[in-house]
Amino acid sequence: MRSSRLLHVPFWLTYVFLYAPIVVLVVMSFNSGESAYTYEGFSLKWYGELAKDERVLKGLVNTLIVATGATLIATVLGTLLAVGLARYSRSKTLEALSLMPAVLPDLVIAIGLLLFFGMIQLTLGRYSVVLAHGLFAMAFVAAVVRTRLSGTDTSLEEASRDLGAGPVTTFVKVTLPQLAPGIVAGALLAFTLSLDEFVIAFFTIGNMEQTLPIVIYSMIRFGVTPEINALAAILLLVSFTAVIAGQRLTKIGESRAQD
Amino acid sequence: MSRTRFTRRLPAAVAVAGLALAAAACGGESTNSAETATQATAAALNPNADLTKQSLAVTVWDGYTPEELQAMVKKELKIKELTVTLHETNEVAMTKLTAGGDHGIDVAFVSGQYAQALNEQGLLEPIHPELIPNLANLYPEATQLSYDKGNKYSVPYTWGTTGICYRSDLVKKKPTSWNDLLKPPAWADKKVTLMTTERWLALPALKSLGFSVNTDKDEEIAKVKEVLLAAKPHLLAFDDTTFGDKLISGEALMVEAWDGWCPTTHEKQNIEFKVPKEGSDLWVDTMVIMKSSKNKEAAHAFINYILNPEVHRWAAENINYKVPNKAAMEKVKIAPGSLLGIKPAELLNGESIIDLGQASTKFTRLSSEITAS
Amino acid sequence: MSPSRGRRLGAFVFLSPGLTYLIVLLLVPLAMVLSYTVFQRGRFGGVVYEFTTENFSRLFDPLYLSVVVESLKLAGLATLIALLVGYPTAYLITRLPGRWKTVALVMIVLPFWTNFIIRVYAWIILLNGEGLINSGLEAIGLGPYELLYNQGAIVTGLVYSYLPLMVLPLYATIEKLDPQLREASANLGASGFTTFRKVTLPLTLPGVMTGSLFVFVPSLGNFVIPEMLGGGKSAMVGNLIRKEFLSARDWPFGSTLALALIAALLVLLVVQAWVARRA
Repeated sequence: MRSSRLLHVPFWLTYVFLYAPIVVLVVMSFNSGESAYTYEGFSLKWYGELAKDERVLKGLVNTLIVATGATLIATVLGTLLAVGLARYSRSKTLEALSLMPAVLPDLVIAIGLLLFFGMIQLTLGRYSVVLAHGLFAMAFVAAVVRTRLSGTDTSLEEASRDLGAGPVTTFVKVTLPQLAPGIVAGALLAFTLSLDEFVIAFFTIGNMEQTLPIVIYSMIRFGVTPEINALAAILLLVSFTAVIAGQRLTKIGESRAQD
Repeated sequence: MSRTRFTRRLPAAVAVAGLALAAAACGGESTNSAETATQATAAALNPNADLTKQSLAVTVWDGYTPEELQAMVKKELKIKELTVTLHETNEVAMTKLTAGGDHGIDVAFVSGQYAQALNEQGLLEPIHPELIPNLANLYPEATQLSYDKGNKYSVPYTWGTTGICYRSDLVKKKPTSWNDLLKPPAWADKKVTLMTTERWLALPALKSLGFSVNTDKDEEIAKVKEVLLAAKPHLLAFDDTTFGDKLISGEALMVEAWDGWCPTTHEKQNIEFKVPKEGSDLWVDTMVIMKSSKNKEAAHAFINYILNPEVHRWAAENINYKVPNKAAMEKVKIAPGSLLGIKPAELLNGESIIDLGQASTKFTRLSSEITAS
Repeated sequence: MSPSRGRRLGAFVFLSPGLTYLIVLLLVPLAMVLSYTVFQRGRFGGVVYEFTTENFSRLFDPLYLSVVVESLKLAGLATLIALLVGYPTAYLITRLPGRWKTVALVMIVLPFWTNFIIRVYAWIILLNGEGLINSGLEAIGLGPYELLYNQGAIVTGLVYSYLPLMVLPLYATIEKLDPQLREASANLGASGFTTFRKVTLPLTLPGVMTGSLFVFVPSLGNFVIPEMLGGGKSAMVGNLIRKEFLSARDWPFGSTLALALIAALLVLLVVQAWVARRA
């Protein structure tokens, strides 16, 4: 299609826009100065500092645990919710309710949960943040999956039910495969949002298990050091490698399947 | 049919359940509401308590205490565990500490007026001086701080003042007055910053007009508003956190800054600090013990340990903050021109910011008016 | 199993886990916050449980109205730009061969696996008066321009932060479009644009709505970008709420502002749900 050539401009623009600051951020990880804000010269010292910094590394581990847990909860509950809303309910109130956590200001959710966990005398820890992040992440997954569901052909599902399959069987055998791209997109969003969330995490985490964003925000008083850039650079490198490796593997898989 | 009934009932059930629980919550809170401002009554503490059975959780800004603090305290005090948790600002720490849940914090590092507000809400344990012999190391001036005269519920950790931090290699004339920020000369137009937090946002204008930093008079605040609105078009930004970086990068030439945050020791750039002639404030970062703490003996022992000159000097030597500890400051080598050289008596010329109670919301409104204009 | 029993069972199986979660962790905590709207601030913060309607009358202060108008403008602009850039991007991703699709999608979110503050710093390094873009412009004899600490910088920051929230929902809807529909339209002689307007756009409207909502609403509530990239010179609704809760420790009025925002959001959400169903 020739007309889609024109679309390449915003497509590449998007990636340039998304990655221009990322290039700067990686360059700053080699800063010899004390701050991630001004470049003063080349040095590898922050990579060394990072290796020694237990607080940051522990924060990273906590963050990954929380994000994984929240993504699991959000993906399962969000997908179920989306299907339920699309197929078994007509209530706009429920639909709006399911979107609420995604659109409420984080501070309001954070203070609400702080009061609520206080009321039920829950001792805070990693799991309380998993629950809290699961909440807004679920809303994002539900919305993305719901968006994909709307207007999809229901005749297959009806046929499945007419043949005597229950809602669960129909869901697993018919609906789920159709939804896969939406679920993947939703789960990606959920993970990404939880990874860098600060406000809700701050108010719902236990004192022992602070996540990485909390550690980094608390550095603001003395300046966020390029150590964080070094950490980001390594994470990006690992993620890129994983993505490219995954891409190669599917390629091999696909060519085998063709043989 | 049955389907519609099912889905219609749900939201109602939701609402009823939510409201019932909320009502229960409010009822519960109002009975033990902190607002009755029960003046803190001292718990009976046992000076010979077995500290090995107590654990401590401390909340503090990152980088504000030595990295090895955990190991040092455990070794010296023989307490079971020390957890150091971090907060970004006074404000977020306050929210966590006042929400009424089990925050688990024993000792908090907050600035003076926040310690005052915590105490007014009945959330602080009075300091038991007999458990902190090292209080004797403090300067006499450090017991005369207006938010808490006599250190009844807080112990000062660091102190300082607010002034103008500037690039001495780039300014055409060294600043001497708050008006150098509020009405910057042409060479500094759009190259100056003021702070965001309401009380410090108002400070330069208040002082340049000759008012108290603790004013609650509407007509004085209205004049401050006029000055700030006139200044806004000539500012680079309002900035509380990265003003030092803005000086180093050269984006800004002069900024309103807390002395401890002004990077006068930066290796490459020439940066100096000046308290303007109209005067300024005195800020204090304090340590407080939460009333909810179950480890009050260990908490006192912790504060006593921090006041040990060998420990307390760390802050002066490593993060360049003046500490109100005479014995510690005497051990610190002070380079000529270093901000550490400011004497306690000079500091006490500054007016210390206190929480104004109901009137403090006037400053919030002022700050909203300035940003929204 | 009768069809109606199956339906009821389905509703139960699919809706109850998520709804229970929403009731316990969203509605109850929210109700607790919102119950403060009728009480008063204590002298030093905290809440005094004496009934008042003053919080609601304070809402009608022109100061807050001006912030709302300003926020709507900035958030609306950010949403529009994100949509104009995000739609073609999502569209092209769906046209990529299978394994590249995942790569392209992951590449959209990957920048956000780094910390927010250092991303904001990176923008400051790019945009400031002595920064990379201005130095580059100067080298070719242009500028310097004031790119930072103004509303343009806020909009840039908002688009940057929320672009993935636009692209992913769009991807999920565009992906399911049947290419045959477009081909049919083209075969019938419709131009590319007509096909887009009459076939593609209406069918992907739910994605457009969801994406726009995800950019627009968090933009309203964001407070860090106006402070760090906007130089603290403009306020968004998020700044107001944050200020009342954290700086003023006026939880009752903060809750009232939040309630007003939630009421406005509910209207938006119902409209969104309505469009999602119609499509």
